[in-house]
Parts: sequence; C-alpha cells; structure tokens
Amino acid sequence: MSATKRLAVLSAAFAVIAASSSGALAQKKYDTGASDTEIKIGNIMPYSGPASAYGVIGKTEAAYFNKINAEGGINGRKINFISYDDGYSPPKTVEQARKLVESDEVLLVFNPLGTPPNTAIQKYMNSKKVPQLFVATGATKWNDPKDFPWTMGWQPNYQSETQIYAKYILKNFPNAKIGVLYQNDDYGKDYLKGLKDGLGSKTSMIVLEESYEVSEPTIDSHIVKLKSTGADVFVNITTPKFAAQAIKKNAEIGWKPVHFLNNVSASVGAVMKPAGFENAQDIISSAYLKDPTDSQWKNDAGMKAWNEFLDKYYPEANRSDGGVMFGYTVAQGLVQVLKQCGDNLTRENVMKQAASIKDLQLGGLLPGVKVNTSATDFAPISQVQLMKFKGDTWELFGEIMSGDVGG
Amino acid sequence: MSAATEDAVTEAPAVEAVPKRAMTLGLGTSLAVLAALVIAPLFVKNFIIFQMTMLLIYALAVLALNILTGGSGQFSLGQSAFYAVGAYTSAILMEHVGMNYALTLPIAGIICFAFGFVFGQPALRLSGVYLALATFALAVAMPQLLKLGFFEHWTGGVQGLVVTKPDAPFGLKMSQDMWLYYFTLAISIGIYVASVNLLRSRSGRAFMAIRDNEIAASAMGVNVALYKTLAFGVSAGITGIAGGLGAIAVQFVAPDGYTITLAISLFLGMVVGGVGWLPGSIVGSAFIIFVPNIAESISKGLSGAVFGVLLFIVIFLVPHGARQVAIVAQQLIGKLRKG
Repeated sequence: MSATKRLAVLSAAFAVIAASSSGALAQKKYDTGASDTEIKIGNIMPYSGPASAYGVIGKTEAAYFNKINAEGGINGRKINFISYDDGYSPPKTVEQARKLVESDEVLLVFNPLGTPPNTAIQKYMNSKKVPQLFVATGATKWNDPKDFPWTMGWQPNYQSETQIYAKYILKNFPNAKIGVLYQNDDYGKDYLKGLKDGLGSKTSMIVLEESYEVSEPTIDSHIVKLKSTGADVFVNITTPKFAAQAIKKNAEIGWKPVHFLNNVSASVGAVMKPAGFENAQDIISSAYLKDPTDSQWKNDAGMKAWNEFLDKYYPEANRSDGGVMFGYTVAQGLVQVLKQCGDNLTRENVMKQAASIKDLQLGGLLPGVKVNTSATDFAPISQVQLMKFKGDTWELFGEIMSGDVGG
Repeated sequence: MSAATEDAVTEAPAVEAVPKRAMTLGLGTSLAVLAALVIAPLFVKNFIIFQMTMLLIYALAVLALNILTGGSGQFSLGQSAFYAVGAYTSAILMEHVGMNYALTLPIAGIICFAFGFVFGQPALRLSGVYLALATFALAVAMPQLLKLGFFEHWTGGVQGLVVTKPDAPFGLKMSQDMWLYYFTLAISIGIYVASVNLLRSRSGRAFMAIRDNEIAASAMGVNVALYKTLAFGVSAGITGIAGGLGAIAVQFVAPDGYTITLAISLFLGMVVGGVGWLPGSIVGSAFIIFVPNIAESISKGLSGAVFGVLLFIVIFLVPHGARQVAIVAQQLIGKLRKG
C-alpha cells in the first residue's frame, strides 16, 4: 500500500468515525418529562391568596404555550404546561414543587413566583437537579450559579435598579439631599440596599429613610414629613397605589424634588394617569419592558404581535396589567431555550442552553435591551434604560445601562 | 359584669358536651389505623410520603386546637402564631445553634407552652367570640413580628430561614422523607396517647367541667383560672411541636407561611374532624391538605369558590364532622352484626 493510499484509507476511517460520533450527538436524549411528542413544564403561581393579582402571569404563559402548540410545538413537541396554586404560602410551594417533580415528573419548573416561595424550594430543586428556571422575583440572590447551578433568575433585580439611580444621582446631583420612601418588606428593603450600595461612601446624602406598611390606607403624612426635611431628591420605592398617591400629594403640597420612581410603579395606565399627567411631569424611572399603556408603542411591531396573540389566545386579558407583558416575554424566553436544546432534552442541557443565551431580543423588551447569560451570569435581563415622563408618555433617554449584581 | 351576661357570652353552642369515652376510637379501630399508617409509606412515592408527613403534622396542630376547644371550650384563631413560634424555635436552634433536630422539638414545645400559658392570662377575662378575636389579633400580628428588624439576625426577616433536612440515623437505608415520616409518626402517636390520657385524667375532667359550665365547675372546687390557662399552654405546646416538625419537613420557615390563613385552616380542620373528637383531627387535617388540591383540579380560576362549595356541603350534610360519620358507621356495623 502506497503512502498516499494509506493516508486516504486513514482519513476515510477518520471520516467514518467522525460521522458516527456526530450521529451519536444527534441522537435524541431525554430526561424525565420529555419525549418525542411532549415536554412537561411545571409552574407554581399564587392564583389565590394575598398575591393573587400575579396569577395573571401564569394565565398568560398558559395562553402563550397554547399558541406555540397550535403552531406545531417546539421541534415537533407539544408543551404540556402544568401550573399549580400555592397561595403565596412557602409550605404549600414545597408541596406543589414536589408534586410537579415527583408525581407529574416535569422536565423543569418554570417561573415560580415570589421571593419566599422560591427560597423555600431552591434547596430542594438543586438537590434533585431539576431546573428552577427564570424565577419571577426581583430579589438579587438568584444570580448564584456557583452555589445553586439549577436556579436562574429572569428580570433585572431590584438592587441593580436603585444602583443605577444612585449612579445617576452622584453624577448629576452630587450635592443632593435624598429623601427615600419605601415599603416595609423584602421588596422595599432590597431596593433601599441597592441605593445605599450605589451611593457607597456617600450614604450620608440620604437625609431621611421613611417606611410605610402595605396596610396603611394613605401615605400622605409620610410625604409631608419628607418635604419637611428639605430633601431635593426623592426616591420613591412604592407599589402602584401608593406611587399614585405620592405623586398627587407632592403636587398638592408643592414639593418639587427630582423624583425617582421605581420601575414596579412605572405604568402609565395604573399610576401616571390616576395621579394626573400634569403632576407626573419629569419623573425619572427606568424600564426594560414596553409599557402597553404607553402610546409611543402603538405602531411597534413587537407590540402588534403581542396584541394579536392576546386577541386570539387570551382575549379576556387586561392589557394594562403589567403581568401580561411579563408573562408573555418570559414564556418567549423559555421557548427560545427549548428550541436551542434541539433533541437533547436533558435537564443538564436545559441549564446549559439557558446559560448560553446571546443577545436575544424579544418583542416585549425595550429596543436595545437584550437577554444575555453565561455560565457565570445567571441574570438574564440586567439592562434597563432611564426614562423621563413627558406629556402622557415616557421618554427614554441616555444609553442602556447595566447593573449586574451577584447573589 | 353580672352573672347573667357572663353566661350569655360564655355560651358556645358549637361545642356540645362530648362524653369522654366518645372522644377516642375503640382499640381495634385504633390498631387498624395505626397499621395502615405504618405500612402505607412502604408502597408509595416519596412525594406521597411527604404529604403524609404534612398530614400528621397538621393533624397534631388540629389535635392541639381540639384539646383547647373540644376539651376546655375555649376558642382560638391564633394557633398559627404558636405554630410559627414552634417552627422558628426549631429552625433557629438547628441553623444558628447547630442543635440536633430531635432536641429542638421539646424546646419548641416548652417555649410554646410558656407562650400559650402567658397568653392565657389575659385571655381569662375573655370568652367565646371575644376570646376568638383576641387570639385572631395574635395570629395577625405574628407574621409582622417575625419581620421586625430587631429579630432579623435570628429570623432572617422576610427572607426566612432555610433548614437542613436530617438523614436517617444509625445508617438506616431509608430515604430522608421516609425517616422523617416515621419520626413524625412516633411523635404523633406519643402525643395522641398523652392527650387521650390527659382528657381522661383529673385535669381533663376539670377542662370539661369548665367547658360545660364554668360556674358549676368553680363551685365544685375547680381552679377555673389555672385550668383555663393550662389548656391554653398544653394546646400551644403541642402546636409548637407540630410547627417544629413542619419546619423540618418543609425545610424552610418564612413569615408568609404562618399567616391567619393557617389559623383558619386549622380551625376548619377541627370542625370538619368533629369538635372534641380527637381521632377526627387526622380527618380534618386530610381535609385541609387535600380538598384545596381537589378544588384546584376542578377549576383553577375558581378554586376558592369550589373549596367553599365543598366545605359548605360537608358542614351542611355532616355538621358534626367526621365524628358523625364514624358514629353512623358504627351503628350500621352493629346492625349488620345483629342481623
């Protein structure tokens, strides 16, 4: 055998080996919960109880998966979406998560809602090595791939948002006196911590930290107290009802600080309009999702697709409810991950694919905000854009800002 | 307050006099139930075992309420507060002090006993619906107290505490869930037997005398104040142990787990199981764990309404709960034997 011939045989042999090994790669691989025809996805939502308003997120997700199934599924597989109610009670969440994993045998648990419920199941999910994917909470601790490789967050976290405000304040108002109003719970405290961390050694700029309880009927007295400190920057960490009250009261008593409003309450329909547009001018906030009640997106392609989806699959949805857009976007995120998985639907591959999303753009996200993850970055959306309220709509300004905070 | 008005307030028509022998099951039935509880976990999945563990834990909490309401005739809507104290005691001792889980339970029980006994003092002045409201206040306040910054270092504040689940000891080849189930079962049986004996003892008779007629009881020499607070203490202590077990089984404690909803669920469990009938506790516990799941499977959006309808049907058809069903069954069997 001549040398060239030997080489040819050898390379042919290599080619065969390569072909067979790539054939092995293309072989379908499944974990519990996935098959040729179906992918079982578990979900836990507070359909009842104190946080039941968020149940609309689960309903939107179910509607979106119906749409995906009607259009042929993902790589030919239908999504079987099993969503249970935990009433926002952590012991019940544990029961439901175990039911999903051990009895329904789902491939992964997707977008369970709330910080306490997710904390309750985090250890369990990680010991079972079942993905706890794209949790619906803004707490900062979900970005912790080292200790919890099976848990991943989704939305920008609260701390990074106020850190961005802090950066902006330090740059533009270095001599400001800051008054903070925050809700006395995990959400409010997380935001406050971000603000303080962002101010760093300048925390003394905060002249008053005023807290209120969700159960208070009105926060008027807190606003009066804040005004009396002479603060000229107001960081408003409140949920929609209280945010509207604060904006109104500010105008009423003639207090005109530079007003930062947390993204939780940046809805035009639920906050700005009831507070009165004339009172809300020049308020600064940040966002990563498009606000459906904001008229500037009327002719936006992503918004049109969203409206078409709702018309057909979820006509009774309240379109000014922020949960609808949230559920829609995160469901799209999951569909992207499952598409990337191809025929390798193991739990390990699901986490691997979820951790390798590159510059994904979704219709509901603001232009320029992209989903990015890596093996060390389990915070899919960490970009937000500052915006200022002008007329009856938010005007985006500045560049997209990033505020990754690890858990 | 005149004697007449006081009498009107103490009257609690929901709690009828239950003779003490009717408070328990016959020996044969008890053994059959026990055998079922011992054998069942060998044949089911870990998830079902976990649910059965929760069943026993809530049954203990319902039993505790049953001693208070069925035994001494005092209402409480505050059981969730005692449950929370027990859960946090166990969780804090396990996670911060590094104590063995089994040792934390008696401590949780003692702390809750003391807490219940102390709370029983002002409760002495109240009875009937007023007492129910006072305990209700306790249940509403507890989640917020747990969130206080002052305790945050220990309680973990709103974020709660994650608890490590114990492995089976002595190298037993048993899953964590199964071990915890048998552990819980042993404690439950112990507490059940002790409770039955308590109600059959001198103290138990004093409880029931107070329940049936406070004035007559005190005329007969029963120290009404002491026994009323004692009933509160015992009930709180057992609830605390249940709470501690619950924390270990769920592996997590957070204020949101111990809201007023839990207290109402336990109250519901007691009514469905039969007020004053201790074995009914496990039936009541099954009701509050499984019926919401059934309701959810019927309609997700209207699960609350379906649950309400199911509850209404139960209360309407068998107002005395599982006890009534058991009595009817017993009579039927008796007839069959004769015939």
